[in-house]
Amino acid sequence: MFKRIDAAADLIRFTFEGQTIEARPGESIAASLLAAGVPALRETPVSGAPRAPYCMMGVCFDCLVEIDGVPNQQACLTAAKAGLVVRRQRGARPFDTTETEAGQ
Amino acid sequence: MSAAMHDAVIIGAGPAGLAAATRLAGHGADAVLLDEQAAPGGQIYRGIETCSPALQQSLGPDYAHGAGLAAAFRASTAAYRPETAIWQVTPEGEIWTKHQGRAGLVRARHIIIATGALERPVPVPGWTLPGVMTAGAVQILLKSAALLPEGLVLAGSGPLLYLLAAQSIAAGAPPAALVDTTSRAHERAALRHLSALIHAPARQMLRKGMGLKAAIRRAGVPVFRHAEALRIEGETEARAISFTSGGQRHRLETRLIALHEGVIPHQQMTRAIGCAHEWNAAQHCFQPVLDEWGQSSVDGILVAGDASGIGGATVAETSGQIAALAVLHHLGRLSATERDKLAAPYLAMRRKQLAFRPFLDALYAPRPEITTPPDEVMVCRCEEITAGMVRDAARQGAQGPNQVKSFLRAGMGPCQGRVCGPVVASILSDALGQDPQTTGYYRIRPPLKPITIGELADLDQG
Repeated sequence: MFKRIDAAADLIRFTFEGQTIEARPGESIAASLLAAGVPALRETPVSGAPRAPYCMMGVCFDCLVEIDGVPNQQACLTAAKAGLVVRRQRGARPFDTTETEAGQ
Repeated sequence: MSAAMHDAVIIGAGPAGLAAATRLAGHGADAVLLDEQAAPGGQIYRGIETCSPALQQSLGPDYAHGAGLAAAFRASTAAYRPETAIWQVTPEGEIWTKHQGRAGLVRARHIIIATGALERPVPVPGWTLPGVMTAGAVQILLKSAALLPEGLVLAGSGPLLYLLAAQSIAAGAPPAALVDTTSRAHERAALRHLSALIHAPARQMLRKGMGLKAAIRRAGVPVFRHAEALRIEGETEARAISFTSGGQRHRLETRLIALHEGVIPHQQMTRAIGCAHEWNAAQHCFQPVLDEWGQSSVDGILVAGDASGIGGATVAETSGQIAALAVLHHLGRLSATERDKLAAPYLAMRRKQLAFRPFLDALYAPRPEITTPPDEVMVCRCEEITAGMVRDAARQGAQGPNQVKSFLRAGMGPCQGRVCGPVVASILSDALGQDPQTTGYYRIRPPLKPITIGELADLDQG
């Protein structure tokens, strides 16, 4: 869908679902994933439909991913950094009862 | 809360915010610019400080103008806090922020909201499929990440569509096709506004538009005019777009589609503060009620740039200057006479810059296919609510967008109604037979951006 204008020399690397993704320092995670040809970043909580970045400016929230274990992060507003562990956000967050009890 | 009180906080680092902050600092005011992005420019000048000279050439001289604006701001004494999300602004001048996972509070006597525009939702069948983006999104990828679209089909109406086509051509990636949905009726209606061409900025804009269209023709990009009944096909991602043009059904195979039907003011923040809004029938959108300085119905809250009503980048820069001069007067740094003398050329310039707007508004007005889509089309992308479900809610007695929200959860997903708000409101006003002002809009509540309890607990009162 997208190709890089120039072959950047100083690419950094992070992972998405275990796959190595190359990124230009300073670009958003969403941009790196689109450049790598990743089709969908999340599955909706309602029907499980695949979604990908739509607005690229923080409005639509269709690029939500999990970054280093923290869910609901906007991939279009988060800069790519070396070593990040990014995962697809799948449906609704599970309700963890043990966590709730521990918090009481 | 004991956070320091600033003279002025400006929210948004696009042309309006940069101009306002630079002007305020130039007169010695203690001004702080907060912005969600990592670098100045907003969306229109996105990536202006890091863009390569070759790419800047492809993006054109209007884009390059942003470099001077960003440089002047950098050279000013205005404080700059990038990568700062704002999740609440109160009428009392409290701005609640989030930066690197930490909540914070900033206080100001005056707030200039310069949060710009967002693209009008384009609810057509299949618009939620991966591979379908807004034209603005594709342009942001070009500006900020030097990514070229491959096999792109542009579909919709409005200047940005032609600009993106010409920019992609110049950067070496001509689009596969341009599907223009501007209707014959709108072309005729626009002709009535050609008298605006007595103003130089209007002539300049028309020349630019004709230049873009010529570049698209020269590149041999197929253009389908007066297109309607758009439909995007695909199971798990976009595979093709079909539409009617010239009395014939067409189908183009593509994996990348950019939709665009103009831009509207980003009203999330002004709504949440409680500023009064009014329906702009010419631009088919709500905008805050403002005086000529940008002062809203809430004391101390001003709005500049496209968030105050769509005028484009040059008008935004001018209105940023005007709002800043108003604030400088309120701060006692300029007398009324000094303010009026400094503002006079900007007020005159803005009138000329806005002269071509009625032509553009008439030509690129949204068609009913977009504002009142067929029943099966999804309108709330987050909660997966269709136009038909909204109409059912109206039949069951929902009197406005907020009741539809309670009935269906439309507008209650992660985007908090930013995308579906305009279309849910227009479907309802049509179904209820009301004018849009009577139907109204979602009530927007904080937090405007998601924030965790942990981030709140870590409050930074700097």
